[in-house]
Formats: sequence, structure tokens, C-alpha cells
Amino acid sequence: MRLKTWLPPLLVVLALVGLWQLAAASGFMADALGLEEFLVPSPSEIADVLWQDRDLILDNAGTTLVEIVAGFGLALLCGLSVGVALRSSDLVRRAGYPLVVASQTIPVIVIAPVLVVWFGYGIWPKLLVIALICFFPIAVNTLDGLRQTDPEAVKMMRSLDGSRLCIFRRIEVPTALPSIFTGARIAAAVAVIGAVFGEWAGSDKGLGHLILQDNAQLMTARMFASVFVLSLIAIVLYALIGLLERVVVRWR
Amino acid sequence: MTATVSARGLNHRYGSLRALEAIDLEVGAGEVLAIAGPSGCGKSTLLELIGGLAVQSEGKIEVAHQESRSGRLRGCAWMPQRDCLLPWYSALDNAALALLNQGRSKLEARTDAAERFEHFGLTGFEQARPDELSGGMRQRVAFIRTLLSGKPVLLLDEPLAALDAITRGELQEWLAPVLAESGDTVLLVTHDVEEAIYLADRVAVLSPRPGRIVATVEGARGTSGSRDEVVSSPDFNRRREELLHLLRTGEEPTA
Repeated sequence: MRLKTWLPPLLVVLALVGLWQLAAASGFMADALGLEEFLVPSPSEIADVLWQDRDLILDNAGTTLVEIVAGFGLALLCGLSVGVALRSSDLVRRAGYPLVVASQTIPVIVIAPVLVVWFGYGIWPKLLVIALICFFPIAVNTLDGLRQTDPEAVKMMRSLDGSRLCIFRRIEVPTALPSIFTGARIAAAVAVIGAVFGEWAGSDKGLGHLILQDNAQLMTARMFASVFVLSLIAIVLYALIGLLERVVVRWR
Repeated sequence: MTATVSARGLNHRYGSLRALEAIDLEVGAGEVLAIAGPSGCGKSTLLELIGGLAVQSEGKIEVAHQESRSGRLRGCAWMPQRDCLLPWYSALDNAALALLNQGRSKLEARTDAAERFEHFGLTGFEQARPDELSGGMRQRVAFIRTLLSGKPVLLLDEPLAALDAITRGELQEWLAPVLAESGDTVLLVTHDVEEAIYLADRVAVLSPRPGRIVATVEGARGTSGSRDEVVSSPDFNRRREELLHLLRTGEEPTA
């Protein structure tokens, strides 16, 4: 069963990496793109750089990871609060929902430099950019989850002396949990993008910063190495949330 | 603890749709009143109005001589048509829900619920998740949940409708002495003619929408003997025929 789950995606990834390796190492890719060969690194070259510059990459990855975790935490706090607030009354929902949607239409690439102007080069602009990107899927999924509450179950609770808080704790939150976890997983995946945008707008450390530097120096292999680590962070975060979901939402 | 239920001149509308009309109803303390009628006649609505879960358009409802809506909520425990067991709780915690809502400690609530589990033949299923229980067991857990609320009036909305015929018969036989023992006042909505007569003191028959009470038929509650004996007696048959006639035609049979 486990093998059946893991084998197909693993084979696809291996096949793609293998193809890339062949195309890059043979010079076919560089020729086809009309580029110098050093600009089109093969997977083995990227792995090589990843190993040789591991201290530098890990050091920068640490900075980015802190930003991601903190920004994601802030988004979780805001997203859950707003989701619950929007559920609290029809008036609040009608008044607030358009704002939540509008928050997602803000072009983060444009807003990030403004945040740097306002809050400086520290962690805050990155944190806010990540939170801005992650907030939407969490808030919307929280609201959607809460709205799946079975009205019959709520009536049953009312008739059995269930207060508003009892209904929230014992019916609404458990009902919404699977949906909240879905939102959190989506948010975890995009948090990494937020961190890179935040660092591009102004920073002196982090994988996004390193990518920008390497780009200026045409160090494409190390850029890919950084991207690989960023993807890894997103995948691990996504998997951790999935794991937590399986522990918490046992009844599914 | 016993309580009476009374409704006077009850009318209920959903927008322009008339659901219930001119309902007058008296249920004595400890009495079981079945409410029978065709689908969509407003049986369930009537139950929700009495329970204070919805507010009638016109008329007056009293539970234990208290008219206020919150008074009705305090006096009545409602068991919905679907059992509404919560999948994130064990069978025991589902049964203990009312006690937990009332602020009792988990240990106390579970101890109380566990006693009923033993009494109602559910021993060994305390920690089972709802989806691991059979239909009949789920209904029994939901019934314990309703009973444990300690309210003097039980509002049962087609509690056995989702079960197969054999299980339904078994649970009717199980429910009869349980209701007698609890002494609660019960309003039982059902479209099962046999169930209505077997479990109730009286059966109120509603007309198709808008629901009006067409007639009230004597039930067979308290008749001694097994369920099979009771439902096959000539007396029971006569009441069944009478009730079926009322449901079909909405009129009293002409002798």
C-alpha cells in the first residue's frame, strides 16, 4: 500500500530528473536555448553546488524558515479570527467578505517594497508579505468549514442546554477542522513564495536574497540549489500539517 | 419530574405557505402522545414549535404552565429524525452531551452515561465511534442523550424511521418500558401507524398541509403482553384500521 502510494510519483520525478540530466550534460539543452553551457546546469551539478555551499545555503535557509514560520503563524492567527468573525453574523459577513477577497487582489510584488519603506529591512516586511498571501486561504476555508455546520445538530444542542460557546466548541469547530487544515496546507505551500517576494523587496539574508545575488552573478546552479531547498521547506511544511491533521481529525 | 404540554390556537406559516392551522393540543403529565400524518403535514414543525426551537406565527404554547420560549427550551429535550451523533465523540460522550453542556465534569457525565449504557444493553460500546455502531444502537445512544438531559418533556421526531422493519419492531418493544420507567411526557412524531398505536396513549392525526388535527385515536400503551401479541390482537387491528382510514381520507369512519 505504502509502496503503491509512493512509487508512481517517485518514478515520475526520477524520470524527469534523468531526462534533464541527459539533456543538460550532453549540451543539448544549452544548444537548443542558444546559451553557454554553464548557464544550463544539470541536476548533478546542482547537487554538487548544494553540497559544496551547504553552509552558506543552510545559513540563509534558516533565516527564510524563521520568516516563513512566523509569517504563517501570523496568517493562521488572523485567518482563523477573521473566519470566525465572518461567521458570527450575517451582517459582519456581508460587510467583511469583500474586504477579505480584496486582500487577495493586492499585488504582493508591488506592496512588498512599500512595506520595506515603512518597516525597514528587518523581519517585519517579510512577515507581513507572507501573512498577506497566506491569510486568504485560511480565512476563506475557516468560514467555509464553519458554514458546513449541520443546523439539525445545532438545534439538538440548543434543546440540550448547549450555550453559544458549547455549540461553537462541540459542533462548529470540529465540523470546520478538515476545511481549516485544507486552508493551512495551501497557505504553507504559498508561504515560501511570500518569503521570496519579501526578501526581493529588500533584505541582506535569506534564500530569496541569495537567489537575487546569484542571479546577478549568473550562478545558475546555486540558484537552482536555493530553489530546491525552498521547495523542500514547502513540502516538509505541507507534510507536517497533513500529519497534524491525521492526528487531530481522527474521525475522518 | 412531570410536566404538561398545551397548545392553543396554533398557526404557523413559512412565508405564504401555511404549515399548521388551528392546532389545539393537551398532553397530560407522563402521557405519550403520538402525532401521525402524511409527509409534509407539519408534524416535525409542530414538535419544533413546542420545543421552542422555532416560534409560531400565532397561538400559545405552554410547557409545565410556563409560556416563555426559553421556558419551553428548558422543559423539552428534542431528538431529531437523524440521530445527529457527533462523529468526533465516542458513543459515551455523545450520550453524555447534555450533561457536559450543563457544566457537569467529564468524569461525572461519563459515569452517568455509562450506567445507562449498561441498562440499555450497550455495554462494551462506550468507546466506539458512531460510525462503528449499527442503526439500532445509534438510535439508542441518541435516546440516552435525550433522556440524560433530565427534561420532563421528550420530543421524539420519527426516532425509528431510518431503521429496517425488524430492528424497528425490536426498538419499539425496547422503548415502551423505557418510557414507562422514565415517567416523562412524550410527544412522538411518526408515520408508522403500528408504532403510533403501540407506543402511545393517544394518537393525534394531522391532515395534509396545512396540518390540522383531524381526530384523536386511542393508543394501546400499557396493554400487557409481548409486542407481537399486542399488535395481532383484534382490538389493535380495529384501531389500526381506524387510524389508516383517517390518514387516507382525513375523516372519521362512518359506522
